[in-house]
Amino acid sequence: MTHSSRALSVAALARVEGEGAMFVRTRDGVVEEVRLDIYEPPRFFEAFLRGRRYTEPPDITARICGICPVAYQMSACQAIERALGVEIPEPIQLLRRLLYCGEWIESHALHIYLLHAPDFLGYESAIEMAKDHGPIVERGLQLKKSGNEILELIGGRAIHPINVKIGGFFRAPTRAELRPLAERLAWARDAALETVRWVAGFEFPDFEQDYEFVAMRHPEEYAIARGRIVSNRGLDIDVAEFEEHVVETQVPHSTALHARLVERGTYMAGPLARYALNGEQLSPLAREAAAEAGLEAVCRNPFRSIVVRAVETLYACDEALRLIEGYDEPDRPSVDAPPRASVGHGCTEAPRGILYHRYAIDEEGLIAEARITPPTSQNQAQIEDDLRRFVEPRLDLPDDELTRRCEQAIRNYDPCISCATHFLDLKVVRA
Amino acid sequence: MTDILVIGVGNPLRGDDGAGLEVARLVRAANVPGVEVWEHGGEPAALIDRLEGAGSVYLVDAVRGGRPGSIQRFDATEEELGQLPPSATSHHVGLGEAIELGRALGRLPERLVVFGITGRDFTLGAGLTRAVARSARSVASRIVAEVGRGDTQKPRPARRPT
Repeated sequence: MTHSSRALSVAALARVEGEGAMFVRTRDGVVEEVRLDIYEPPRFFEAFLRGRRYTEPPDITARICGICPVAYQMSACQAIERALGVEIPEPIQLLRRLLYCGEWIESHALHIYLLHAPDFLGYESAIEMAKDHGPIVERGLQLKKSGNEILELIGGRAIHPINVKIGGFFRAPTRAELRPLAERLAWARDAALETVRWVAGFEFPDFEQDYEFVAMRHPEEYAIARGRIVSNRGLDIDVAEFEEHVVETQVPHSTALHARLVERGTYMAGPLARYALNGEQLSPLAREAAAEAGLEAVCRNPFRSIVVRAVETLYACDEALRLIEGYDEPDRPSVDAPPRASVGHGCTEAPRGILYHRYAIDEEGLIAEARITPPTSQNQAQIEDDLRRFVEPRLDLPDDELTRRCEQAIRNYDPCISCATHFLDLKVVRA
Repeated sequence: MTDILVIGVGNPLRGDDGAGLEVARLVRAANVPGVEVWEHGGEPAALIDRLEGAGSVYLVDAVRGGRPGSIQRFDATEEELGQLPPSATSHHVGLGEAIELGRALGRLPERLVVFGITGRDFTLGAGLTRAVARSARSVASRIVAEVGRGDTQKPRPARRPT
């Protein structure tokens, strides 16, 4: 063989949200091509929103992804409320933050326990892992359920089919209604602490990258549902400036758009970015657990994102308990939000990174234009870059092992393919 | 503890992925005494919780692969779901995986029957395609007939021709 060239391909990416394909081609020990393939026209649901009432995007976009409905609701609400010039009173903002904590808990617990941990422990799936580690998987499911219960009580069926609306909520829970949640969350906080200790003991590949981290920042809190967009390299912008700084380009192999910072390139959104930029705003308990888990102030090893996700889960439990403790029922569950012709921008921290929405509304209150940039399409170019750098020094590994490691590297980002688009398939190829 | 539980899984905004939900609605409309109906997005933790301790459960979901509208039936208490085609959309952890996870954790109900209806169009905003809507009615009728007859107490053959 004159050329040692090979192609690794995985046609169906397991354990990512949705479906995807990875493709890596190498020749003579050099990675020639890395790509994540995406097939569905990514702008379909933006078209779906056009012509609908300005009150509808929170409900509709919440159904785009089964795993982060709250992120969609919150980014949509923020964008439309900004368009309408509506100020949301603090008690309602705090209730939204509590709801969002529920989503972080359930989404992170799912990813840590059912999707990512099997990679580290050498199992094909969570099912195989559960056969050997039943009580641990049970703990993960119960932790996830604790987050879901927040969603159910504040966001969903327990009160109103979909309780979130432009301007606030249809009904705010009473203090008494939140009490059982607090009991459950006290258990969840302990379980989350155990989770941090558990994942901290995993073995992590030696792999670091000098990322540009991008996340929300708020002066008074570990940013989730409000703030400016900042980076570790000086980006500091209002949400409305997002499209001036982030360009989305079509790449030949994919119908999804790749996001890049203007004149700077790829960037990373998500837990590592939030932790690097805002880690000092975590609660004392979460900071302590992070230190105990061996995390420094900035973590540049994406494989350790599972540890940061566990720390954020602990924080979300802690923060939810604090919010319930200090909860005062708002005088009114929502403020009036009459339509007007305008444009508004929203950005919040979905579990896997910043989720940007923009809506143009006409004078009758109909959506004239919608733009949604989900976190996975922002991370996609960075994932490919990680793969390129990760694969090259490991080409001596056999195909199946290298492929498995590549899949693990993709899962570092907890990619939500169903948000980025609908379909994706994974392949690795050494030709 | 629920005696008979019918669970329809799906996303109502994803075309044929709503097939399971449609079956759930049809079974509910039939109003059979002692039968509880649940429409669900497929979230695994809640699903496994709901399965545990139930007597007899019918689970219906849209699947991909095969002729649109074709119906597959599995007795998940008898056999693992290895041969069930992939769930139609991104239920984060697929329905088959959630069931097998429940099995690994010893949390499956006494009897679990799974119906998969092959969808054709999972486009955002689309309704059920005609063949899938017809199959949803057919599955609903079969479930209603079975639970109405009290068949659910007897173990079924591992897999019935459909």
